[in-house]
Amino acid sequence: MTDKLTPKDFATSQEVRWCPGCGDYAILKAVQKTLSDVGADPANTAFVSGIGCASRFPYYVDTYGFHTIHGRAPAIATGLKLANPELDVWVVTGDGDSLSIGGNHMMHAMRRNVGLKILLFNNEIYGLTKGQYSPTSRIGTTSPSSPKGSVDTPVSPGQFAMGCGAKFFARAVDTDKVGLSDVLQQAHAFGGTSLIEIFQNCIVYNEDVFANFTERKNAANTQLHLKHGEPMLFGKDNCSGISFNQDTWSLEVVDASESTGEVLVHDEANAIVARMLIDLHLPVALGVIYRQPAVSYEDTFYAHHPSRMERKKSVIDFIKGPSSWTVKG
Amino acid sequence: MNKNNDVESIVIRLAGDSGDGIQLMGSQFAVSTALAGADFATFPDYPAEIRAPVGTTFGVSAYQMNLGGGPITTAGDAPEVLVAFNPAALKVSLPMLDKGALVIVNNDTFTARNLVKAGYDNDPREDGTLNDYQVVTADISHLNLEAVKEFGLSKSEGGRCKNFYALGMLLWMFDRELGSVEEWIRRSLKGKPTMRDANIKALHAGHAFGETAELSANLSQIKLPQAEMEPGEYRSITGAEALALGIAAAGELADRSVLFCSYPITPASPLLHRLTNLAELGVGTFQAEDEIAAICAAIGASYGGMIGVTSSSGPGIALKTEAMGLAVSAELPLVIVNWQRGGPSTGLPTKTEQSDLYQAVYGRNADTPIPVLSASTSGECFDMAIEATRIALRHMTPVILLADGYLSNAAEPWRIPDMASYEPIATNPVPDTDDGPQRKAFTRDAKSYGRAWVTPGMPGLMHRIGGLEKDVESGHISYDPANHQRMTDLRAAKVAAVADFIGDQAIEHGPDSGDLVVVGWGSTYGPIYQATRRTGASFVHLRYLNPLPKNLGDLLGRFDKVLVPEMNFGQLTTLLRDKLCVEPVPFSKVTGQPFLIRELIEKIESLRGEAS
Repeated sequence: MTDKLTPKDFATSQEVRWCPGCGDYAILKAVQKTLSDVGADPANTAFVSGIGCASRFPYYVDTYGFHTIHGRAPAIATGLKLANPELDVWVVTGDGDSLSIGGNHMMHAMRRNVGLKILLFNNEIYGLTKGQYSPTSRIGTTSPSSPKGSVDTPVSPGQFAMGCGAKFFARAVDTDKVGLSDVLQQAHAFGGTSLIEIFQNCIVYNEDVFANFTERKNAANTQLHLKHGEPMLFGKDNCSGISFNQDTWSLEVVDASESTGEVLVHDEANAIVARMLIDLHLPVALGVIYRQPAVSYEDTFYAHHPSRMERKKSVIDFIKGPSSWTVKG
Repeated sequence: MNKNNDVESIVIRLAGDSGDGIQLMGSQFAVSTALAGADFATFPDYPAEIRAPVGTTFGVSAYQMNLGGGPITTAGDAPEVLVAFNPAALKVSLPMLDKGALVIVNNDTFTARNLVKAGYDNDPREDGTLNDYQVVTADISHLNLEAVKEFGLSKSEGGRCKNFYALGMLLWMFDRELGSVEEWIRRSLKGKPTMRDANIKALHAGHAFGETAELSANLSQIKLPQAEMEPGEYRSITGAEALALGIAAAGELADRSVLFCSYPITPASPLLHRLTNLAELGVGTFQAEDEIAAICAAIGASYGGMIGVTSSSGPGIALKTEAMGLAVSAELPLVIVNWQRGGPSTGLPTKTEQSDLYQAVYGRNADTPIPVLSASTSGECFDMAIEATRIALRHMTPVILLADGYLSNAAEPWRIPDMASYEPIATNPVPDTDDGPQRKAFTRDAKSYGRAWVTPGMPGLMHRIGGLEKDVESGHISYDPANHQRMTDLRAAKVAAVADFIGDQAIEHGPDSGDLVVVGWGSTYGPIYQATRRTGASFVHLRYLNPLPKNLGDLLGRFDKVLVPEMNFGQLTTLLRDKLCVEPVPFSKVTGQPFLIRELIEKIESLRGEAS
């Protein structure tokens, strides 16, 4: 690539067909901006998606794109990455696509550490099928399939990722341009599977489900933006912090206006604290919660392959098997 | 079978516990036979349990071989020699034998406890059960332990040598050399010198046991003739081995790497195992988390420019169905191998059947046609793997290749082909037009309807594909009603176009018109070949099941009756009726066992009787 492409260069001619006001628009913009910022080569970039509102994403990004079937994007992306490890492969999925029908593939992509950037648009609802409760819906969610409120315990994408052995887990809010762009860039730079949970507002079926921490006017008090090596501070003028309570073995909010002595310093490699941060309710932890660099699956796969997937011999060298004999004419 | 008789061919069945090493002994014996110039066919018949309780009838593992002058195309109807390693093996195998067969039993296992486990009230060696057979008893376990005593092995280690002791006996009986087996032992037990030497000792001791008066008092050596085979270099090959080589050869012919993605399932796993040994041919194997992930990863690989291949058996293929539709819609190449087994559901995992024909041809949601091929013999799995890949790349479509559990494990001599005689596998070029990349990616060849294989990484050709209906020309998403009609027509025409490239259906043998033609497909080739040759009936064997060869309707129309023997409830019968307006006579067998030649001869003769 000679000239750096602009975010606009990553837009296609296709008319974007999400509902007006949908959080997906902001995510699309942030992704196009990130592709521009990191100097992505569109020919060497592929977006793979499953089924759902989020999965329309590839049609709107002018790179290679594959809109596949429900839940299977991580499996297809794994095959793609093995076929061409040089590609920048992004997976776009929703909470139903990735944690219900596709939970198995998510699990195995993460435990293998395939070099995929997985964007999980979590809106806690099935949008495309018109509003049924999803695997991340809170207990009591009323929907066409749960008129008296859902009874299923929701799954936590972060805890699921940690349980599967994911090496990178981050969070962002759809409309938080700065925060989202930042984690997208960090995810892009990570070698293995990087999972980003994006809190995405479904304006039609689950409006404002995250409003308690996404509303801008109160965001300072409800969002904890994590930075590796920095104290976990939030609130007006960083007046509050997160501390570890040794009696209850849990995280708690402490007053940091006088001293930050008790406040934890964020260590991305600490899996135990990461799990506690994932469960923190208010403030909600955002940014890179966990990062533990490790060799990617495709690197290991190629390293273990005797000829790095290239043909070094001919079938003629193998066709005779362990023993052969000649029948004379 | 008489003493001192030279025979044309002979059927031998080895039967014992699933832990006795029967399969190994059988395959080694078959190879030594071939080295001496005989044709052969084998049928491994093993239980689903890995190590079923010792001595039980359901734990019996057997290996049947038909050896001799050619052409040998089946493992034989009735064993003429049975080696029964325990009472249960005798109990299970005896009903298959004709009177006069030679029965060799391992005396040491005929204990009261084992007799009870096998369901014998009395000792069959003494109560007249074996009166109609020639019986040779030998203390195989005991003699073997004596032979390997010097190695100081534990009783169980020493006992494990007994299959080679028995193999030595058999090799003596059929006047075969020990060399190839000995070499095999040296190779496979390289790191275990004591076991290696003990097994070689057992092999020689078994041979010597035959040679000395101990065994030859009861029978003499059997001389098998040389088979009349086409000149060339041969090897023994199973369907799994041939298919693995065929996939690698297809990669070479197309000059692409191959990513084989599968999930373990009986009887498909041997292909995965074989392919792991062919890595240097540019073949990678990926063991996926499930059947769906396996086909999806293969689709991802094809999308990325490697030849994506997946393999399974019926239940696993069912799980892959939705993804096949995606490959059809996205117009991506893919090879799907189905090693059919008995069903429904888990069914008979280790027993063979060919009952997934409906599934292959008709078994998807919507109008989703896919070319379907089948392999007739173990060796033919090589050519059909190449052919399936060729069609997949030419037409840009998934292709289903039907094999079965019998072919997976059955070994036969295979004439090693000349690779230079195979045409390279071509792909469609990216059109040299001013169109945008989306349209270019979906510009199709006028004859095959295959599109160019545009893959991520190619500069300037970024486009989007997927499972949503697309415009027939621009390749963009389209919900236009008339367009969906055109796309549906196109998908049908594309699969139908395969028939333009495959040539006419030939007759295997027999007159090209007359009272009766027998039509087969898949692994029933062997028994139908023999039955039709012996009865003079015409024989047509199908390798292309969807689409059918263009001349097939005319060809079959020249016969009064069309007999279709198949190991299912009449699926090819339905297909022929559907596509060709013929009214075949079905002959169905679903016992998990291949057809016997005699069953087919009887059927052919009874049909002819009706006609006259």
